[in-house]
Amino acid sequence: MFGQDKGNMLIKNATVLTVTKGTLTETDVLVKDGKIAQIGKSIAAPQGVKVIDATGLFVMPGIIDAHSHIAIDGINEATSPVTAEVFEGDVVNPLQMGIYRALGGGVTAVHAMHGSANAIGGQCETLKLRWGTFDADAMKMEGAPRTIKFALGENPTRVHGEGNNIVPRTRMGVEFVIRKSFSDAKKYMEDWDAYNKNRQAPGFRGAAPVYNLRLETLADILKGNIIIHCHSYRADEIFMLLKVCKDFGIKRLTFQHVNEGFKVAPELAAFGAGASVFSDWWAYKFEVYYSTAYNAAILTKNGVVTSINSDDAEMMRHLYHEAGKTQKYGQLTDEEALALITINPAKQLGIDARTGSLEVGKDADIAIFKNHPLSIYGVPQFTIVDGIVRFDRANDPADMRLLVDPKQNLDETMFSEKGRDNCMDGTEFLFTDNSQGKK
Amino acid sequence: MKKIQLFTGLLSALLCALVFHIDAQNPKGKFGTFALTNATIETVTKGTIRNGTVVISNGKITAVGENVSIPQGAETIDCKGLYIYPGMIDSGTNLGLSEVGSDARTRDFSEIGDIIPQMKALTAVNPNATAIPVTRVSGITTALAVPSGDLFPGTAALINLHGYTPDQMFAGFEGVVMEFPRSGRRGFFDRRTDEEVKKANDNALKRLNEIWDRAVQYHKVDSATNGKGAGYYPEMQALMPVVRGERTLLIEVNPAKDIQAVLKWVKEKKVKKVVLTGVSEGWRVADEIAKAKIPVITGGILELPTREYDRYDQSYASAGQMAKAGVKVIIRSAENGNQNFRNLPYHAGFAVAYGMDKTEALKAITITPAEVFGVADKIGSIEVGKVANLFVCDGDPFETKTQIKNVFIAGWQMPMVSRQTLLYDEFLKRDPGVNKN
Repeated sequence: MFGQDKGNMLIKNATVLTVTKGTLTETDVLVKDGKIAQIGKSIAAPQGVKVIDATGLFVMPGIIDAHSHIAIDGINEATSPVTAEVFEGDVVNPLQMGIYRALGGGVTAVHAMHGSANAIGGQCETLKLRWGTFDADAMKMEGAPRTIKFALGENPTRVHGEGNNIVPRTRMGVEFVIRKSFSDAKKYMEDWDAYNKNRQAPGFRGAAPVYNLRLETLADILKGNIIIHCHSYRADEIFMLLKVCKDFGIKRLTFQHVNEGFKVAPELAAFGAGASVFSDWWAYKFEVYYSTAYNAAILTKNGVVTSINSDDAEMMRHLYHEAGKTQKYGQLTDEEALALITINPAKQLGIDARTGSLEVGKDADIAIFKNHPLSIYGVPQFTIVDGIVRFDRANDPADMRLLVDPKQNLDETMFSEKGRDNCMDGTEFLFTDNSQGKK
Repeated sequence: MKKIQLFTGLLSALLCALVFHIDAQNPKGKFGTFALTNATIETVTKGTIRNGTVVISNGKITAVGENVSIPQGAETIDCKGLYIYPGMIDSGTNLGLSEVGSDARTRDFSEIGDIIPQMKALTAVNPNATAIPVTRVSGITTALAVPSGDLFPGTAALINLHGYTPDQMFAGFEGVVMEFPRSGRRGFFDRRTDEEVKKANDNALKRLNEIWDRAVQYHKVDSATNGKGAGYYPEMQALMPVVRGERTLLIEVNPAKDIQAVLKWVKEKKVKKVVLTGVSEGWRVADEIAKAKIPVITGGILELPTREYDRYDQSYASAGQMAKAGVKVIIRSAENGNQNFRNLPYHAGFAVAYGMDKTEALKAITITPAEVFGVADKIGSIEVGKVANLFVCDGDPFETKTQIKNVFIAGWQMPMVSRQTLLYDEFLKRDPGVNKN
């Protein structure tokens, strides 16, 4: 299999959870060249096309994780409070086992994010889980908008204020770092605009401003070309960034984690900012002490575009279950709950025209479940990316080793702690007490 | 006129005070006689009763069945369309021992020292930990609070999740915790050579054996002198009941090779009451565990496989695989970092989704731990004479969307409120909204 492969198939006789266009029973989905070509009853199989009999099964859009750190070999460039110039796209690793395991949980796309050590972190990459390719670039979702990681609160203040003894040490400092960065970028942009305007003029003798990749990136945020995804927890810091963005005319903004988002849900809704939350994580650090598992429900009912993310290689495998928890905590409908892991994260990443629901013309990124995906008994059977089956439970290998004698006795257990990459990965050296609460 | 004004003034002041009083008070549990009627009762040990009644009186279950006379004065709770289950037991938590994970000042599960079995979790359990109501409103009525750290990090205690002192919460079981020396590397960051790893493990095992031999000696001296001549060695006094087979040893062990080493060690030392905990690779050596007739507390289930090349769903499937091999399996959540012990039924549910028998999985969080902890006469099922630890719900308790309607702990009807529900009530429709009028 190659990353760029696009498949054809017919999925027969399923309960189709389109998310945006209702639930269709005994329905077929036809895939052509990696796109959904037709959804309807009794579609005839074109000759030679793979047919999946999905009788009794549930078909839903591939799950999208708006906050992940899998498939990348570097997470925090924790050397400065502002590192807008670095790219996760430079360190994509298509061979990480976490990719396959995420497919086993119905996930088809992830937002591979920079960590939360810096107030303004690096640029992130939206990946499709094209497991099987050795080509890092083929993992990237072509045409996905650019995104960047921001971070508020304890992580940047601990790393820089506490760890490196530089601003920010407080939430005041975080605001200042961000405002200063945007102000510098605005000036940089104006200098370039002036230069570009004047340089054709006869007799112009000025020099071009010095090219600066960091300021270029920040200027692209101001121009609306990059979506901010901001690690945040407390209501006050969330409100702060809303005000900063308003002041600089920035509109494309999604908050990540946002545990106290429920406290400023009306403000988030009025701004049009997204919220990408954990279903129920709390208590691992002080800034998540006043959390509630009803967060996603409160945000949704207040009109905020909300998603549920994992930030964790294990939780990513059951985001459908995490979404299901909103039916316990807030009694969301099936459609509202499924939107949290499909169309809503797609909106937050700016890829909703291509993915996030089952509609004709969209990419054939599909998860097929035994039992309803919001049920505890839901088990992914097939995960399909661009019409190619990348996970098939019935044909899943019991031993994932490549080119190794499966009978070889490896008696040493290496617990997969590397798989639990998180927001503070790569900053451990700064702290002595880092046993818990690293998110 | 003035009098009337004064009177109404006083009255409204009184009313205000009363209202304020009610508002300011945290809701309390309620003790009394209750009849839960018209329910489907999953007793766990005596099958399912349809359209039945459970009577709770004086903290105990006093009647269970289809034709039960309701005592006079009982508060009747109509459970039509609802289900009654025994309270769930999470057999591996740091509940009450930790408040905020990253804040060392609020962490009380890990004391200094490697041989400290005398450190009692029950002492440090905070009855007012925020996580306790958060956990119990999800139907978990009982938890094992476990210290952790080095070789013998302390003594775990089983607690009911209601009470204002540790004594009121104590549910009748304490066990000494051992973290069996780990043979392999600790993770990708562990850069020791093979020789260094082996040497460290050999030394750790040597230390364990020395301590155990000392405990055996201590027991002999203590027996020979009728408890007078052994001297004050608190760690030995804590280990002595384990040596004598009077107290359970909870051995945390995960890699397959280490599980085999534990089985051998337990046999050699003739340790009588043993439970293995963690046991994430127990499935690799399930037959050997079954043959040794040692129960296991396994979990969390929602974990990654232990080895990169393992089947992707191995950790979901292993509890069921061990049970099939004949191992007595208990499921724990082990959600210490996030204090998310409320997810215990989902750990059991995932085990079922990936192959475990559903009845076995239910037992693994109710009657099986009660049996293994020696408190099956008190908790773990719905039977007459048992402590009234139970919950009422509107469906399969493993199912994610199921709502827990009522929780009783030792006969106390719990308020279905936690900080998390209070925040929901306050913020669902925040007032003022965007504009402050």
